Amino acid sequence: MQSRFTRIAGWVDDRTGLPSAISSFLLEDIPASAGWPHVFGSVALFLFLVQGLTGILLALNYAPTPEDAHSSLTYIVRQVSGGRLVYGLHHWGASLMIIVVFLHMAQVFIFGAFRRPREATWLAGVALLLLTFAFGLTGYLLPWNNKAYWGTVVTTRILAGLPGAGPILAQLTGSADRVGAVTFSRFYALHTLLLPAATICLIAIHVYLVRRHGITPERRSDQEMRKFFPEQLFRDFCAVFLAFLCLFLAACFLDVPLERIADPTDTSYVPRPEWYFLFLFQLLKFFPGRLEIVGSLILPALAVLSLALLPFVERTYLKILKGRVQAACVVALAFSGWLALTTAGSWGPEQPNPKGTISAAGDDRIQLPVQMIAGYAYFQSFHCEACHDLIAGPPKPGPALGVTELQHSRDWILQHFTNSFRAGAAMPFPQRIALFEFVTRSTPDLVQTLPGIRPELLNGAQVFVASACASCHKVNGSGGDIGPSLNGLSRRRSRDWIRAHFAAPGKLSPGSMMPSYHFKEKEERDLITYLLSLPE
Amino acid sequence: MRKTTTDSPGIIRRKLMIQAICAIPAVIGGTLSAFAGTYLCARRRVAGFEWADAGDVSLMRDRTPAQIRFTRAVADGWKVRAEQCSAWVTIDEHRNVTAFAPQCTHLGCAYNWQAEKKQFVCPCHGSKFNVRGDVIEGPASRPLDRYSIKLEGNRLWLGPLKDTEDV
Repeated sequence: MQSRFTRIAGWVDDRTGLPSAISSFLLEDIPASAGWPHVFGSVALFLFLVQGLTGILLALNYAPTPEDAHSSLTYIVRQVSGGRLVYGLHHWGASLMIIVVFLHMAQVFIFGAFRRPREATWLAGVALLLLTFAFGLTGYLLPWNNKAYWGTVVTTRILAGLPGAGPILAQLTGSADRVGAVTFSRFYALHTLLLPAATICLIAIHVYLVRRHGITPERRSDQEMRKFFPEQLFRDFCAVFLAFLCLFLAACFLDVPLERIADPTDTSYVPRPEWYFLFLFQLLKFFPGRLEIVGSLILPALAVLSLALLPFVERTYLKILKGRVQAACVVALAFSGWLALTTAGSWGPEQPNPKGTISAAGDDRIQLPVQMIAGYAYFQSFHCEACHDLIAGPPKPGPALGVTELQHSRDWILQHFTNSFRAGAAMPFPQRIALFEFVTRSTPDLVQTLPGIRPELLNGAQVFVASACASCHKVNGSGGDIGPSLNGLSRRRSRDWIRAHFAAPGKLSPGSMMPSYHFKEKEERDLITYLLSLPE
Repeated sequence: MRKTTTDSPGIIRRKLMIQAICAIPAVIGGTLSAFAGTYLCARRRVAGFEWADAGDVSLMRDRTPAQIRFTRAVADGWKVRAEQCSAWVTIDEHRNVTAFAPQCTHLGCAYNWQAEKKQFVCPCHGSKFNVRGDVIEGPASRPLDRYSIKLEGNRLWLGPLKDTEDV
């Protein structure tokens, strides 16, 4: 008598044919010579599935707009339970997938599995390799940090510079005018819709072709066959488990750097692509000026073309690849070239220490009134956050700032500063006015913007206010008219000139009414940094 | 020539392989599912609420609820927004202040105060509450939610809902 389970299985098989299909898939004959080198395809497929799963999870909490992308990703990593791990799995999974896909291709190459009749299988594999790179390229714009922004700027410029198709590609990627919201949406759509769909289709074709033509037998083997299940499946699963273990440990113990939000005005940032694009990055350096197209298009295109044509050309001409040792030597040579380029690409100037650099173009936030910036710095240095939140936070005795309208008069608030400060009434009037400006004019947007200002600029703004520079100099449209406006100072004066001017204004500017200032070293450095960062 | 799988060690090896084939997807799937579940279902680790200034209550009449509007900061995912909120505030004869959340505890519709009946009435499904927020008539099954409050002189400050203070 048939058990209920058998009857149900029989019904499903009868109606869908799935159990029979799975069974024939598992019990397919493969060459007995197949073994551990043949596991990479399964690992690559597994990693693609992990990328899909973690990508979906990220998308559930991710806002694909330039305004919100970085903050939503920060939210995922810092506030959502398990978010750091999910992001880590996705980030490191991308790198591991590139490695595994290359190992898979190298194995196929060394074993000569691209030869007739498996040309189409090889071509599908080459297309999948390109898709894997396309995933990487479109994916790393999405955190919308400096690396994402500048990486995309360089990529889209390269595309736009291609002869003939350049302008069309620039339009298609939404980067004809600038890398912005349209580019972001295009890359997001590519990364989450078009590329996955294309990859799934190609994987299906690739697996079908592998099954159709079978695994390449060893050349000198006696064509002995065995079943895919359980031995080869066991090997595949062991390799998959190892890959998962590596990925899991990387996600647990290696931080994925979030970096600062994309800042198009940050000229101090040294753009570097992800490690798997470093070889292209380095290649471009060898071809300056009009030769750039050789590094950006011709050589990469030739490499892809030679990969695609390999099964057709090799059959006739490249006898050297007949043996595995020779083929392995070719792979080793290609790997050495790639490694040399990647290593050279990773060398170069480090990200500068922000303390020592000044962004020539300035920071948008520096366009805020100096009193707001200094007021925010005083809010911090006098520990006002002990009683007041900025917008939101844990419950505190005083009202939050930045969201509710203040209920007290100007005099009451200024008196409150004097009464409340642990520093007592020692706070001079200009500082109190700056704090008052901050407290009374804060808005949610402003309060979220100000924490991004670098500490030395905050300190510089404080020194500016404390020294009452605004009595004589205009900054960002407000201040006195006795002295010149200080906006755009970086174009007119050097750091040394300003330092000398503080010490003896009359020497450098004959007739100047400005008194001498002798600041402490750090105060002077931060004040000059602030002044030089002011926009035009 | 490979060893055939008909002998006993071969069968044991095959069984072990099949067990591993079953165990590995279970371990990987279980781990990923656990993290996916945590990621999707768990609350955010950091959540803040804000005391909001709801205005002056010195002119309010005893036992006559008044709807007041105020702005409070709301942490909404990765954003903190200033959101317009309201509360029904009552003051009893001892000047004790109560502030009710403006949603019916049945399905969240905005209810109103009907002065002639001295009841809060929900227009959606007809729930009724007395001036203390207790249910007079269903389908609501529990009293109106209350804000945490504090008074600074005559100024009323509203905090989180009392039964959702666990954020």
